[in-house]
Amino acid sequence: MQNNKNVGQDALPRDARYDIVTTYLTRPRLWWMYTLIVLIVAALISWSGSAVNYKGMASKGVEIAKGIGSGLIHPDASLLLTMDENGKVIAPYINITPEGVPYQLLQTVAIAILGTLIGGILAVPFSFLACDKVVPKWVAAIFNVFILLIRTIPSLVWALVWIRVTGPNAFCGVVTQSVCSIGMICKMYITAIEDVDTRILESLDASGCNGFQKIRYGILPQIIPNFISTVIYRFDINVKDATTLGIVGAGGIGAALIQCITSSRWSMVGAYLLGMILLMIVIELFSTKVRSRLARG
Amino acid sequence: MNKKTHLDASGRSVGKGIASAVIMTILGVACALASMGVTVLSIGISVLTVCAGLLALRTRKMKLTNGKEIIQPASRSFVIAMLLVDIILASARLTGFDFGLILRRGHQFFVILQQIFQPDFQYFPKVVEPLLDTIKMSILGSVIGATLALPISVIASTNINPSKPIVWTQRVLLMIIRTLPTLVIAKFAALIFGLGTFAGTVAIIVFTFGVVSKMMYESIETIDMGAFEAMESFGSTKFQSFWSACMPQILPTYLSYCLYALEMNIRAAAILGYVGAGGLGLLMDERIGWRDYKGLGMVLLALFVVVLIIENTSQYLRKKLS
Repeated sequence: MQNNKNVGQDALPRDARYDIVTTYLTRPRLWWMYTLIVLIVAALISWSGSAVNYKGMASKGVEIAKGIGSGLIHPDASLLLTMDENGKVIAPYINITPEGVPYQLLQTVAIAILGTLIGGILAVPFSFLACDKVVPKWVAAIFNVFILLIRTIPSLVWALVWIRVTGPNAFCGVVTQSVCSIGMICKMYITAIEDVDTRILESLDASGCNGFQKIRYGILPQIIPNFISTVIYRFDINVKDATTLGIVGAGGIGAALIQCITSSRWSMVGAYLLGMILLMIVIELFSTKVRSRLARG
Repeated sequence: MNKKTHLDASGRSVGKGIASAVIMTILGVACALASMGVTVLSIGISVLTVCAGLLALRTRKMKLTNGKEIIQPASRSFVIAMLLVDIILASARLTGFDFGLILRRGHQFFVILQQIFQPDFQYFPKVVEPLLDTIKMSILGSVIGATLALPISVIASTNINPSKPIVWTQRVLLMIIRTLPTLVIAKFAALIFGLGTFAGTVAIIVFTFGVVSKMMYESIETIDMGAFEAMESFGSTKFQSFWSACMPQILPTYLSYCLYALEMNIRAAAILGYVGAGGLGLLMDERIGWRDYKGLGMVLLALFVVVLIIENTSQYLRKKLS
């Protein structure tokens, strides 16, 4: 036992020790590469700094910053609760008129739910067609470019294209989101499809399963949890996006929020913002929980 | 030996399962009735939901070979499915979903899209400067945001910072920052700092900071702390041991998150001009206002090429890093 204590360098033969030293001495010296990277990054930063010149606060900048702060501290409670003229809370307590925050938030969530669901369903055929494990390489390449095209056009432009069809309302938000979610959902679906373990299919084949059974017991159990997890993740993003789609008139809370900001009604801005923050926190907690449960099975 | 256990195979208590089934049923009925009023359809769906809820309550007793009796709760999948149907119906009602409208007016969809796909190359010289502005905004914003994110994410990770209150206040703050949409931040920045690229850069800094901090503290918590503890036991200070033991572990992840943030920011920066924060969005807003959709097509084509180049470069670098 005593001898085994120093099983380290001494236990190695002389040549090996020599090798370690020479390897250490002749290790690749990459200092010139690091310097090059640092120089490139520094050049990029200084180049990009040229466009951004700080011209000081806008003339009313301080005033506006104060307004936003005071609006967040004193939100307009009449948007959240039903009140009489004296500011007393009366039944039915929660303001459910279309101007109230709860209704706007519900509509935003509804847009995101339907948009994500339709997008998630539409993405299934596209992702199989864009996966080069399933179809020939050239077909996959065509569909990949198509998916990238969908992703590059910003959602605001999609909303604009759809407004001609549906008119400026919440339904426009739904179709916009169902189209522009396809891009990212497809990208994650494709990864899930590529990760499928195909050896299981062989063993099912060997035990005499037919095509339908192979898909039902060999493929679906592997991809369904990933697909659901992707859709929930995208739902998280879509709720956030739905709040901004209102800027171009596609429903949701964004329209009212931007109107209040441009007309400097800070207490109303505060109420809308607080509502949004609360909603987003609740949805993020929910989606993290569901996704971690899906991952653990 | 005949002891009853109130746990099912996965260790979930039966009472909890019943409670969640009841809550889901009530929610589903409320959704159905609130969205469609008291009609034949909504009552039918409510009845179905209640049936699914009752199915989820039906438990089955089983006797194991060792004489133990266990309770197997019925699957809750029916009630979850019914709740989903109710929520979809309610959302369709709330958003005025009308599939017929798309069929009737679907051809209108291609009017603008066709023009977007015939970009006006004469317009290209005017695109160059805003395009460069967008790239500059996103590079500078990503660098500053990611640099600020590193110390904050170290403070917000539980394995390095032992103080619970500080960790949780950091995390709540980060969460609130992440909930604000970039366009709203850009709008505020444009009001406070005046229109232009500076406002856009501020918005991107805030956005990058929120996202990178969150991803970083999550990955800092998974690193191996053995080397850190060893160095502390030698008498190194916390900072020294973090720098030599943890930095080499988190640096590749950090750099790859930075590149990922840059990818996202190019896309985000392109629309910030919509609220007056400089870059391509300004041009898009202008072209849309003029109904010059071919010009818009040129703007989008330029953006497409830049996104393609930056995404491929960054993906190549990220592959090298991992």
